[in-house]
Amino acid sequence: MTPKTRDAATAQKDDSQLRQKEMIAAHYSRLARTHETGERSVYTFVPGNLTELIRNFDLLPVLPEINALQSAMRGKSKEYIAAAEREGHSEDVCTYVKCDVGMKRAGNVGPTGERLPDPDLLLLSYTGCFTFMKWFEILKREYDCPVTMLHVPYQGEGEITKSMRDYVVEQIKKKVIPALEKASGKKYDEDKLKEQLRRSAQAEDDLVAVLESAKHKPSPIDAYFGGVYYIGPIFTAFRGTQDAVDYYRLLRAETEEAVRAGRGPITPSGELKEEKYRLVVEGPPNWTNFRQFWEMFVDEGAVCVASTYTKVGGVYDAGFRHDPDRPLESLAEYCLGCYTNLNLPSRVEMLERYVREYQADGLLINSIKSCNSFSAGQLMILREIEERTGVPGGFVESDLVDPRYFSGANIKNRLESYFQMIEQKRQGVTA
Amino acid sequence: MKYCVGIDLGSTTTKAVVLGEDGRVLGRGITNSRSNYEIACGVAVSEALISARFGLLEEALEREHVDADRRHAQLEGLERGFREQQYRGDLGELRRVMEGYLAAGDYGAEERKAVDETLAVMLEESARLYGEGSSRKSDFFRDLAGSRYLDLVGAFARERGLSYDKLVGLYDKAILDVENTEADQGSFAARIRAALTVLPEPDAALTRAIERATAVELAKAGSVGTGYGRATLPFAKEEIRSEILCHGLGAHAMFPGTRTVLDIGGQDTKAIQVDENGIVTSFQMNDRCAAGCGRYLGYIADEMNMGLHELGPMACESKRPVKINSTCTVFAGAELRERLSLGEKREDILAGLHRAIILRAMSLLARSGGVHDEFTFTGGVAKNPAATGALATLIEENYGRRTLNISPDSIYTGALGAAMFARREWSRKEPVGAA
Amino acid sequence: MTSQSIAALVESANQLYRDYDFTSVKEWKARTGGLAIGFMPIYVPRELLHAQGCLPVGVMGGGDDLEIIRGDAYYQSYICHIPRSTIELGLGGKLDCLDGMLFPAICDVIRNLSGMWKLEFPGKLSRYLDVPQDFEDDMGGVFYRAELEELSADLARRGARPYDAEALRTSIAVYNRLSALVRELYQLRRDEPWLVPTAELYCLLRAATIWPVEDAILHLETYRDLVRADASRQPMDQARVILAGSFCEQPPLGLIKTLERSGCYIVDDDFVQVHRWLVQPVSTAGDPLDALVSAFLHHAMDSPTRYCGEATKGVELVQRVAAAAAEGVLLCAPSFCDPALLDQPMAVDALEAAGVPWTAFKYAENNGQFQVIREQAGTFADSIKLWSGV
Repeated sequence: MTPKTRDAATAQKDDSQLRQKEMIAAHYSRLARTHETGERSVYTFVPGNLTELIRNFDLLPVLPEINALQSAMRGKSKEYIAAAEREGHSEDVCTYVKCDVGMKRAGNVGPTGERLPDPDLLLLSYTGCFTFMKWFEILKREYDCPVTMLHVPYQGEGEITKSMRDYVVEQIKKKVIPALEKASGKKYDEDKLKEQLRRSAQAEDDLVAVLESAKHKPSPIDAYFGGVYYIGPIFTAFRGTQDAVDYYRLLRAETEEAVRAGRGPITPSGELKEEKYRLVVEGPPNWTNFRQFWEMFVDEGAVCVASTYTKVGGVYDAGFRHDPDRPLESLAEYCLGCYTNLNLPSRVEMLERYVREYQADGLLINSIKSCNSFSAGQLMILREIEERTGVPGGFVESDLVDPRYFSGANIKNRLESYFQMIEQKRQGVTA
Repeated sequence: MKYCVGIDLGSTTTKAVVLGEDGRVLGRGITNSRSNYEIACGVAVSEALISARFGLLEEALEREHVDADRRHAQLEGLERGFREQQYRGDLGELRRVMEGYLAAGDYGAEERKAVDETLAVMLEESARLYGEGSSRKSDFFRDLAGSRYLDLVGAFARERGLSYDKLVGLYDKAILDVENTEADQGSFAARIRAALTVLPEPDAALTRAIERATAVELAKAGSVGTGYGRATLPFAKEEIRSEILCHGLGAHAMFPGTRTVLDIGGQDTKAIQVDENGIVTSFQMNDRCAAGCGRYLGYIADEMNMGLHELGPMACESKRPVKINSTCTVFAGAELRERLSLGEKREDILAGLHRAIILRAMSLLARSGGVHDEFTFTGGVAKNPAATGALATLIEENYGRRTLNISPDSIYTGALGAAMFARREWSRKEPVGAA
Repeated sequence: MTSQSIAALVESANQLYRDYDFTSVKEWKARTGGLAIGFMPIYVPRELLHAQGCLPVGVMGGGDDLEIIRGDAYYQSYICHIPRSTIELGLGGKLDCLDGMLFPAICDVIRNLSGMWKLEFPGKLSRYLDVPQDFEDDMGGVFYRAELEELSADLARRGARPYDAEALRTSIAVYNRLSALVRELYQLRRDEPWLVPTAELYCLLRAATIWPVEDAILHLETYRDLVRADASRQPMDQARVILAGSFCEQPPLGLIKTLERSGCYIVDDDFVQVHRWLVQPVSTAGDPLDALVSAFLHHAMDSPTRYCGEATKGVELVQRVAAAAAEGVLLCAPSFCDPALLDQPMAVDALEAAGVPWTAFKYAENNGQFQVIREQAGTFADSIKLWSGV
């Protein structure tokens, strides 16, 4: 691609994108200034995050996963991972963890180039990923601060039982809130929480409308590559804030306008003019070569119309909303309902529904070496979806933030074969 | 007449298949792959066209009512003569390039003389190389000329106290240039006529047939290329098809009953399911590591100091295959040495290794949707009897009885599929022209 | 005579756990008409299964015996080996004699396997056994009790005897005897490792996940008495090491033999933890379910699968080193084992802080070649002996 078209693409950024950039930059710069302002921070994870509760105490969330993926997008992850492996971290394990350890060694500099504060509390929301638990065990040795474990049980039987919900609520009441009170020096304010949750639900409504706009043909959004931008604010530090409400209202308006105008999604190469393939995507993206990976889709006219990755921080399109009338219960249900906390049959059902409702031409799995929570069982998911829906499945492999596991030529080869296979099936031309 | 061509640019060899208007295979060509993809493809296509001309020649001889035995003898003699002409042409090019280096670089008179004499001997020997009843270890000029050059120049180096390495280096440089320069392929007509002159008993019918075959005008109507993981194939984008699709369609063309295809090539393994029309319905390729691919056998062969083609037959001798769980290419050598040091028999180890490779392929097959009847096995490893034996056993054990197809032309499967795609495009554009 | 009897007993145990047709389980079912319930490594409350008339059956992978053909079709190359051999066993019909499978909360791979099992074998009981990572009675305890109640109800729905508190108390007592016996054997091995070679103990412990518990107790008692009486077992100059990290995917027997032959006495390990998970006898007084819950919360082994929030990782390992008078630690984890490998840097920190020598290597259950490990463990053992001689 020539630099000229890149400029054109940049020019096509929507207002919502600019707004989001500002929000995130402001958050990071606020974090960088905590040593002056005296504000305090809580490290926690995206799935099962208790952002409203953290902010209820005017604490600032820091999400190590997001730092890791930002490091990868800035081309830093390779050296960070190498640093962690030199310290004895195995090459077999999650590269988010290693990237985070390496980033700490390099001075804990965040995506804006400023140093992140040390945590005042480690809030371990152990939701849908075993590695989270190990990650914070490792971080606990790095930081002299308390750690609180919120154990969110897995939906092994495909449902949230009363006992599971009670367990989470009890932990929030007896462990998490006291820990947050201690870290902030402030008291828990339930009225404020209700207000926050009301705003959460409002933003969630708008997010769902945006994600479901992909049911239109052509889809006005890319729900995987573009989707990771859309979920950014609500999955990280902003759920329950007025900023998030405003952002999602704006995003929804833009999306609705795009539907009216029959526009395709904005990609790194500008607007996608011809939608040739509609895909449902399972698995997280690769962050080291995010743009290159996306362009492989754009080059072929492929749009991701639904993805599971955009549900790791909450499965809102299945109906869940934070509920101001049941504040702690709904927080518990939120944690229990995240995508990575669903059992395999539920994941298959969700993907099957996506393929049908979004009229997809195929299911593509990006299998991530780091992430067993996603990856173990994906080959079976692929076959199940093929059998149930008749759409062809595609399978590529990469990693979250380890550039050693991104083989562009290999992935491109598989993707091209896959798209041609869909095309050939569609034509049904005989030899 | 019009033709379509399919080209498969592989990691070790480049193949081309030429189809006629009626969809019949007119010719096949193969050459070693090289850094200049365009030239590799050009050579493969020109080889395929040569083989197409020989096909036309055979038809012409039939029309002259030459009986089959005589026809075959004549064609065989002609082809040897033709190949000799080609070889001599390539030698001439090699000499030209080498002389350039000899003149420019710091080579002494003795070295120049040795090269000169070597090439002279090679030219002189060409008749014997392609003589009646002769056999050659390779069809590729690089291999044929290379091995002879090394022998001869080695002897000179020893006798005359010259640097062997330096003379070898000269060849390595020169052959790259020869391979990567657009060579004058020489007209078919000129070479076949030259070949005709050396036949012991030329006759009028043969001469007439040659004239008829060379007079046919071959015009390209379409072309499709494919190849594994190349960032840049030397074809226009609309003339590229995925090798998976080409492979599926090619296997279907060879064996129309095919439902499952397994291809084990040098660098990758593919399991493909196709429908009754040869359309791919699902596929799987080996993941990042090359464990269990043909290259693994290459390492083993090197480690055992054996030829690649000798491995299979030796493995078939085994009465008690050892159990090998790893097909890691990196550790292959170490594992092998340990096994040998434990006193295990070479054939038993080899049988275990072949089984291990096939086990990897079995899991890809399972991933792609199993093994359905009929089952077609392609790629270099399909020529290996130990591999096919293990495959047949495991398939029967796990999926029941299946018809196992292996074509002697299986190396052309991808190119054949590509040619069929080319023909399909052509018939779409010119529906009248296609049968 | 004694040696022969020991060899015969160990060999029968070896054959039993490597019998992937589970002949003994089929015989038990034919005899008793009870349900057989498979379980994966680390820990399940076998007492509860036993009390409801079920036979708990350890399903700990296919070792180096099983050829993987379909299992690889379910897993990418970067996932450990045990789930692929387990699914291979299932698809090959080897586990048809089991009426259900329990998947303890070990890691995301085993967790997801529980769902795959539901899809692949819809007719069978298949449960992910979630265990609390909060160890307070009023939080984790309440949750865990509910999990056990659900499991119990699920078993009863499948035809097991309904829950009965008295029966559970009896079963707890039986399993208390088994774990006391296993602890006794571990103590014996710590005291006189030449009497209890780990390769033997391992076979017995594996078989003891399949034998009915009453038989397991008899066999282990017999073994204990025989080795004590075997005068031919004499001390050798071997390094005393602890082997850590092999709690889920079990190593092939050849690996254990290799370590012992390369000059190590394994004086503590992580194998087949189900027998020792609860480190004290479970109370037989009061409500027996509460007793099981309380034992899990307050008297369980340390493990990479169990949350340890207070930066005390590795402390327990160092204590075990002291308790076993071990001279070094072999960190021996399966390839791609998240819990073991993520834990390893923390374990190493603790060992180094305590001045305990260590070395690390990886394996898979189907490894057939141990040359590199033999070299490494041999060198490690030699170096320990050299240091201790100074």
